[in-house]
Amino acid sequence: MERIDTIKKISSELTKELVVCNIGYPSRELYHVKDSNTHFYMLGSMGLASSIGLGLAMSNNRKVIVFDGDGSILMNLGSLVTIYNQNPINLILIVLDNECYGSTGSQCTYASTVDLGKVAEAVGFKTMFFFDNADKDFNFKEVLNSKGPIFVHIKIKSGNADVPVIPLEAIEIRDRFMDEIKKNK
Amino acid sequence: MFYLDSSQAVYNALKKTGTNFVVSLPCVNLSKIMKMVDSDPDIIHVPVTREEEGLGICAGAFMGGKNPAILMQNSGLGNCVNALASLFELYKLPLLMIMSHRGTEGEFMSAQKPMGKATPKILDALQIPYYNPNTPKEALNIIPEAWEAAKKRGNPVGILLDIKFW
Repeated sequence: MERIDTIKKISSELTKELVVCNIGYPSRELYHVKDSNTHFYMLGSMGLASSIGLGLAMSNNRKVIVFDGDGSILMNLGSLVTIYNQNPINLILIVLDNECYGSTGSQCTYASTVDLGKVAEAVGFKTMFFFDNADKDFNFKEVLNSKGPIFVHIKIKSGNADVPVIPLEAIEIRDRFMDEIKKNK
Repeated sequence: MFYLDSSQAVYNALKKTGTNFVVSLPCVNLSKIMKMVDSDPDIIHVPVTREEEGLGICAGAFMGGKNPAILMQNSGLGNCVNALASLFELYKLPLLMIMSHRGTEGEFMSAQKPMGKATPKILDALQIPYYNPNTPKEALNIIPEAWEAAKKRGNPVGILLDIKFW
């Protein structure tokens, strides 16, 4: 599976959860397969998806799903340490691992030689899931029903879908996301 | 005359602003404030591993309904630049940045001077307003005003606490 297939499958199982989506193609693909006021699309701040997700999870009771990537988490590995120590029960961190910087031309990351799941395990994450790109029907319900913080490592094929840039301004993304949070506290 | 301790003044100012979510990285000058924040049941305190990570957490916390602040040394400002521009400025998010400003007058460590000098210029380049309270009393007044203005404008604000402040 490529990233967009994985995002499509997971987002189809989400309803009320808040979603933070990584910068670049991941956000474009998510917007393309499903848009919602519950989505926060990152247009900048590379590497900080998991941190934004942690801040959200610690300040509201709803479940927070982060679509992160291997390159992004490698840029902010300390975030795993902070998440583990803060122990938010409502945070699900999904690392879509295609072993490359997909949005910048698919240059290789070190995720091909370093197992990010093992890194998370060494940090101390207790609830972990691993799905291979061959598992087309992986069970995401089980992830949603588990207690966080959860580290979900999904190996995917590299490749970006041919989808346009998100036609929303940053302020629109923020306003509708914050309204959604306020309305459904 | 009533004596107000510098750390106590900053903490009292944080309480006045309604700050209820603080991320921090230490500086020796911030250690008393960090202890006060940590023992305050009304403030969620998140020690972080790097300042930029803290900024991501603050952005999430603000959107989740909190009043966030970061406590850090000015050296950490250098680790925050991209997040300040492409997250806070882009999405118009407010943030209170309380910085111990090393490398200023009275600094004993020459290694702190280059970043000390660069700090106001980095804030200028990012068009982030900042204030230099000289006394505890000034801090007590300036910090809440700075936060109110930051919320209104939707941008971060810096509070630079020079060596002589402590």
